[in-house]
Amino acid sequence: MMVRRAIPALPCSICPDAKPAVSDRLSDIYDEHVLDHFESPYHKGRLDQPTCEHSDRNPICGDQITVQLQLDDAGQVKQAWFDGKGCAISQAAASMLCEHVEGKTVAELETMAAKDMLGLLQVPLTPSRQKCGLLAWKVLKTMVYSQTHPQNDAAGATP
Amino acid sequence: MTATALAADWNVARIRDDFPILHQRLAGDRPLVYLDTAATAQKPQVVIDKLVEALTQYNSNVHRGIHQLGDRMTTELEAAREIVQRFLNAAEPDEIVFTSGTTMSINLVAHGWARKFLKPSDEILVNEMEHHANLVPWQMVAKATGAVLKYIPLTTDGRLDLTALDDVLTSRTKLLAVTGMSNVLGTVNPIGELARRAHAVGAKILVDAAQSVPHQATDVRALDVDFLAFSGHKLYGPTGVGVLYAKRRLLEQMDPFLGGGHMIREVFHDHATWADPPAKFEAGTAPFVEAVALGAAVEYVTALGLDRIHAYEQSLLDYATRQLAAIPGLTIHGPAVEHKGAIVSLTVDGVHPHDLADLLDREGVAIRAGHHCTMPLHELLHLTATARASFAFYNTMGEVDALADALRKARRKFRLPG
Repeated sequence: MMVRRAIPALPCSICPDAKPAVSDRLSDIYDEHVLDHFESPYHKGRLDQPTCEHSDRNPICGDQITVQLQLDDAGQVKQAWFDGKGCAISQAAASMLCEHVEGKTVAELETMAAKDMLGLLQVPLTPSRQKCGLLAWKVLKTMVYSQTHPQNDAAGATP
Repeated sequence: MTATALAADWNVARIRDDFPILHQRLAGDRPLVYLDTAATAQKPQVVIDKLVEALTQYNSNVHRGIHQLGDRMTTELEAAREIVQRFLNAAEPDEIVFTSGTTMSINLVAHGWARKFLKPSDEILVNEMEHHANLVPWQMVAKATGAVLKYIPLTTDGRLDLTALDDVLTSRTKLLAVTGMSNVLGTVNPIGELARRAHAVGAKILVDAAQSVPHQATDVRALDVDFLAFSGHKLYGPTGVGVLYAKRRLLEQMDPFLGGGHMIREVFHDHATWADPPAKFEAGTAPFVEAVALGAAVEYVTALGLDRIHAYEQSLLDYATRQLAAIPGLTIHGPAVEHKGAIVSLTVDGVHPHDLADLLDREGVAIRAGHHCTMPLHELLHLTATARASFAFYNTMGEVDALADALRKARRKFRLPG
């Protein structure tokens, strides 16, 4: 098992003293910090009884991500896990995201923007690879949105 | 001359001079190693020149203008049709329909022939190595007509399992739709035998020849195929133009796919009658500039010689297969070299195909990663994606070495022994 090199976390818009998340980027998308998360992911696997979970895939490249959250009664993330298959960028991003969101509230996750996710990755991504880097974040956002904006049949029905 | 002698005789340096794009330097002053010809082929100068000639000297709509430019363009377009006819050894030029590409050609048969003639419980025979372009149209036909899709099983090495063919090819089969060459596995299918066996049960055969026509000679009469589709851009020609070959009798029986100008004989207030083939299937303004340049592309590969092209590309494939097999953790998906054309789809343990493509690109090596529009095949292989290197007659043995070196370097980047 590889020990991850400590990288100072970049500020993000849901944390206090938010600063631009994209400064200080590492130059290579296969930086050690990305490869460390890919090889030794944080919380890769499945929870027995998640509060909520959601899956999606990138139809062009086939990357697959499932994110599961265990929330307490106050809506705070106790545990975040992911499972999936795909390129190093998509899988490392999911690992970083799970590490990042634990301890945050659903309300805080609602404000987490794409640039915050790219800020966690810290590496420059072309538009096509941003789809990989943002897949886990999209899964999380969709799940959080459905938690805070539950849909039911009546709401969507037309008279 | 033997295949080996033909391959040894190939002057690749001189041929590369015909392709201006191959001489550029990429970022980091790296030469371009273009191994993505199965996605789209690069264009020789004669094709570029033909496009420029048509646009600068006689651009004018075909079959319409009663003027010198219109006459010239019409003459050039019909000359291109005859070039394609000779290339496929079709019986007559009117069996060549210009379309926008392979997908349009196959959909034309799906709409004009299959939806007209197929009935509930008729069967369409496909297989899991087909590109979505030769699968989804048949799923749509099945849904619309009540016909049933059946699959020829594949062998574990990725060929059609012909020992199981009699189980699925029966008197209920009305169409066998099959690729001439798999765009992932490289498998070359025995079209002549499949046509004979399809006809023996009264079925028609449609060949998706997008990958096969650039690599080997195609004789629609010797093979006795009913429908054959290919794209211009994979045959060193322009995008936006393709071909449907069909036997004249079938073209006469089929309904038009698109209605509009040029495809009519007479139009009344409430109905219209159809022009003769091929015009019946060429509604609207044809991609005539592109079709004329496709003629130049076909003349170019014909002058090089499909037999010589095939011999050289097989020698590239053989060399690539041996070089790549020595790389640890690398798997090539598909049959042995003698059953396939110049495509190598591979996976490397521990490095996802997209990461491979990204890292190879840094070395100037252009390959494709993904499911290559063959999701059922990837499901069969238990993979979400593969990395594909595809070769053409302008590639060199040195470029195969560059591919192997870049793959080893990618492994090292991922902390695997190269």
